Order: sequence, then structure tokens, then C-alpha cells
Amino acid sequence: MKKILIIGATSMIAEATARLWAQRGCRLYLIARNEERLNSIAADLKVRGAESIHFASFDLNDFERHEAAIDEAIEALDGIDIVLIAHGTLSDQKSCEQDYNLTLQELNTNAISVISLLTPLANRFESQRHGSIAVISSVAGDRGRQSNYIYGTAKGAVTIFLQGLRQRLYESGVHVLTIKPGFVDTPMTKGFKKGLLWVSSETVAKSVIKGVDRKQDVIYVPWFWKAIMTIIKGIPEAIFKRISL
Amino acid sequence: MEFHGWGRYPRIEADASFPLSPNQCASVVRNADNLITRGLGRSYGDSSLAPRLLDTRYLDHFLDFDEITGVLTCAAGISLDAILRLFVPRGWSLPVTPGTRFVTLGGAIASDVHGKNHHIEGSFGDHVISIELLLGNGERVIVSQTEKPELFNATCGGMGLTGVILSANFRLKPIRSSSIIETTIKASDLDAILAAFEENAGVTYSVAWIDCLARGRQLGRSLLMLGEHSEEGPLSVKATRSLSVPFDMPTGLLNRSAVQAFNMLYYGKTLHYRQSRLVHYESFFYPLDILANWNRLYGKPGFVQYQFVLPISAGSDGLRDVLERIAASGRGSFLAVLKAFGKGNANPLSFPHGGFTLALDFKAEPAVFQLMDELDKIVIGYGGRLYLAKDARMSEATFKAGYPAWQEFEEVRCRYHAIGKFSSIQSRRLGLQ
Repeated sequence: MKKILIIGATSMIAEATARLWAQRGCRLYLIARNEERLNSIAADLKVRGAESIHFASFDLNDFERHEAAIDEAIEALDGIDIVLIAHGTLSDQKSCEQDYNLTLQELNTNAISVISLLTPLANRFESQRHGSIAVISSVAGDRGRQSNYIYGTAKGAVTIFLQGLRQRLYESGVHVLTIKPGFVDTPMTKGFKKGLLWVSSETVAKSVIKGVDRKQDVIYVPWFWKAIMTIIKGIPEAIFKRISL
Repeated sequence: MEFHGWGRYPRIEADASFPLSPNQCASVVRNADNLITRGLGRSYGDSSLAPRLLDTRYLDHFLDFDEITGVLTCAAGISLDAILRLFVPRGWSLPVTPGTRFVTLGGAIASDVHGKNHHIEGSFGDHVISIELLLGNGERVIVSQTEKPELFNATCGGMGLTGVILSANFRLKPIRSSSIIETTIKASDLDAILAAFEENAGVTYSVAWIDCLARGRQLGRSLLMLGEHSEEGPLSVKATRSLSVPFDMPTGLLNRSAVQAFNMLYYGKTLHYRQSRLVHYESFFYPLDILANWNRLYGKPGFVQYQFVLPISAGSDGLRDVLERIAASGRGSFLAVLKAFGKGNANPLSFPHGGFTLALDFKAEPAVFQLMDELDKIVIGYGGRLYLAKDARMSEATFKAGYPAWQEFEEVRCRYHAIGKFSSIQSRRLGLQ
């Protein structure tokens, strides 16, 4: 029975993943902001088979509380085997271009808060010498594009942070998984017209579980995004700057 | 965004909200008029269509389960599929299920759906213990047979017109196996099938496929499918994979000859008068779910389903009149399903009442609408009525004649702040406020 901490637990991807872990009888601790929804999710995961469920609700932009919240979670779980970090907002690129404060807020939510959480968590995993750290990044972090480079900057920072962390923790036998979803149909993306490239959060959840089980390093979800991003990353800057992407 | 029901007729542009919690539902309701709740959109016509929609897709949580009594509490947006997936391996099944498992709990209650066991176990609402309902004034109330029973009864079968169903609890049915013992009986004409239903009234599940293009001496020839839960075998759920119809089929595909050929083969493949086999519950209850988007078979114009019930007093004459009229029109339906209902319940808008129900699909085209208007006259003449969850076109007069308790329904809606708040394109067409 695994002891799992899920941060940003009300995100659709986190919830779908938690359901699969619950069905395996895992012990879960959830952190997110919306307490009403957390209540429903906790009840749901219990019925689905989770061994036990605890949760705490607070705003993850309140960095001061990170360390204490993690301590509380690990105590309630009586240890920790897996952490999944899944919170985030889809930045409004156009508004951010007009207002640096908005940009800062987006970077805080999507990058700095993740780094703040991973600092005590990484030390904990390093000293216990086992476990998995799984973080939702994004294909948007692979290359800056005019349509969403603020979000991309944050996710790119997370991706690079995780690359370094993976190398550092390899010695201690701790697994670090970077998850890069493409277009996922969730409330965060409800304003978009959905096409063939879109997948459900259940699809992403299955890949996350597989990535953790098999101790993969970086996964694109679905897999074809790896090919798409390889092509996009391969375009020379001199040409790339002329494309509207 | 464009929305339509399962029949893909009619289609409308609507503005949808996707609330994440009951509190968000309350704020949607406070800030909108003339809205209707929508689950998985499996009602066929326009019951879940309105300019403003409250989509319950993110309210898909199990809330509580009592392993001793089998009482399950869920938020309204959970699908019957999700319930089966989790609970069949634990030895529990649904007390009542419609012909698809891709409906939500809220939708199953709002349409008071029935299944192949109606003659013994009633409709879905008969197994619901209590409902948490969000009223038009934003208030959340619990309704049951003892608390606000008139609102509870109006909500079961009330097509979402009394408020937003937030959650409900109901009793699951214990099972020993996920297998069903299926027995098929061949009936050569209408009298034979009606007699077969009567002879097998004690069997838990029964439904008949009827060849609605057969005429003369063969009028009403059918295959009666009976089922009982097996006592032995595994408790398993099949893999999720289903085939899908990738695009709209050409509209001429399901023409008269194709349906006639299909019907002949289908009837003919059952060689013996009576044969039995063991089948998985999914193939017994949900034969069509294997083909996701089967609604595309009817092509771009979409289709309408016509389901009516005739009281026992109509005898076989009523069914004969309808079948003769359809056979004469040549607009047969692939899927014509006949079923004997048990007694109805006290809900003002619930569809089932004692007698026989027949369900047919027709491609949505002008001649078919004319045919259905004629069928309405026959059905109402015999004291029958049409199923609201399938309807896309019946007139106000047909509705009010078939559902004499509609005024009682309106009084309850008025008392509980539903008028002006909740309405669908269907409810407006039917003359409800």
C-alpha cells in the first residue's frame, strides 16, 4: 500500500490519477484550495477503495505554509512513497503582456510554488533514499511561442528544475518523473475548440500511473507529442520567429 | 457551442456552464433563467436542450457506500457505467438500468428510466431513497417519500424541471455473478409474442425485438429475450474498448430494403423455438453500447425515437393498429423494441404504466413527422402516452392528454420556485411554464 501526497488535488489530471491510486487501495493525502470540491473528491476516493484519505485546503501561493503543510501530510500518511504535483493555471498571455504583476503571479503559481514545494520534499526523499516525485509540466515548456510564452516560461522552468533534480536524486535511488501533457480537455481549457489532438484527463492519468510504476524519466502524453515537439524544437530560430504559433 | 440530444435532432446553440461543486451550481442557478440541467446528453430529443445549460460532467463523485445495505450515494453527474465498473466486481449491480449505461444518475432519475425488469422491479425512481435538490431560489433541500414527497415524486421523471438534482442515494442490487442466463423465444406473430410475455411474467428481465416491417400473418413477429442473473461465474467488467462510427453515414444507408434484409436475417438466425446461453451482463443489457456513436448511422439529419405505452385495456388491437400503420408506411426501424410494463408509480410525469410499450427509431424527415402525428392519434385514442426522454416533436395537446397529472406537476413547480427558472425547449413546446 503506497503513501501518496497529491498537491493541486482538485486539478482534473490529479483527480483522475488519484482515482486509479484509490482503486489500488493506496493511502492518500490531498492538498488544494477549493475545500468544497476537496470534500467531494475525498469522499469519492474513499468509496473507490483508498485505504485512508486526509486533506488540507489552502492557497499554494501562500509559500510560507509549504513546509509545515508537507510535514503534516507526511505525518498523516506515516511516511511518503510518491508525491504528485499538479496544480497550475493557464495564463492569459495577452493580459500578461500588458501587466507585469499578472506575469509575476502566473510565474509564482506555475513555477516558483512548485520549486518551493520541491525543496523540502526533495530533501526528505533524498534522506529516505526511495520514492517517486511526479510533476505535471507541459509541452508548452519545450519552446517559447508567442501565443503562450508566459505559461511556457513557467513550465520550462519546472522542466529544467526537474532535470537537475533527477540527476541529483539518482544517487539516492529517488525517481523523478516529468509529465508533459499536450491538449487536455479540462475546466482549465474550456474556452478552446476541441479537435483530434485533445485527450481526456483519464488518458493522462493512465500515463502518469504507468510513468511512476515503470520509473520513467520524461513522458509526453499522448506519446505523439514527443514527435511533434521534436520537430518544433528542431526549427531554426531564424525561421521559427517568422511563424505564427 | 452547439448541442443536441442522442438523436442529433434538433441542434441548438447554447451557453453552457460546467460547475465544479454544488455551490457553483447554486450561483449558476441564481444568475440564469430558463436553464436546464444536462448530463451525458442521452435523452434523444430536446429534453436536455435550452439556451442556458448546466452541465453536470464534473459532479461525478461517489459520496458514500454502505456495504451492509448496499445503499450508494453519488453526485448527480456520475454515469451508470462508472457505478457498474466499480461495483460489479464487488458483487453489486444496478436495481434498474436503461438500454445504455452512458447516462448519468441525475438523468436516470429525471427521466425515471425503466429497464427490462420493469414488470417486476419498477422504474429507477422506485429505488431512490432521497435526492438533494437545488431549487430555483438557490436553496438546497433533501426530498424523499417522507420529506416533501410531492416534490420528490415530481422530480423523479420531472425532466429536470423541478430543480437541479445534486446528489441522490439508492439501493444497489446484490449479484453473485456478472453473467446473465439469456433465453430467446421465437414468436411468429403479435398474439404469440403477447402470450409469451404473459407466460414469462415471472422472469426478471424480458424484452422483445419486433420486426416492424412484417405484415399480414407475420405482423408482430418477434424474438423475446429473457434473462436471469446467473448464480455462478465471475464478477467481471469488460474492457472499455468499443467500436465507433467515425463519421455520419450516408443518409440512404438505412433504407427500407436494408432494414428488411436485416430483420429477416436477425429473425432467421434464431433457429429454435427456444434457446438459452450464458452471456455477460454488458451484452445482455447494453447491446448497442458496443458501437459508440451508433446515432451517426442515421446520417446528418439525425433521427427521432418514438416510444409509447398503451394500457392493458387496449389489448392487442392497439398495437396491431400502430404496427399496421408503420408497416404500411414502409418506414421501418432497425430497432423496434417491445416490452411489457408492470404497474406505474405516483410520479406525475413518469412514463411507465401497466401495458405494453413499443420503441422505434425513424430518420428525421418530413414524411416521418407526419407519420408520427398519425401514430399519436392512435396512441392517445387508446389511452396511451409517449416517453418524454425520447420525444423531440409531440404537440402540447398530445402531451397533456397522455399526462393528465401535468397540472399537479405545475403546481409543485410553482410552489418550489421552478417556474421561469428551469425550462427546456421540450418543456416550452409542451406548454409547461
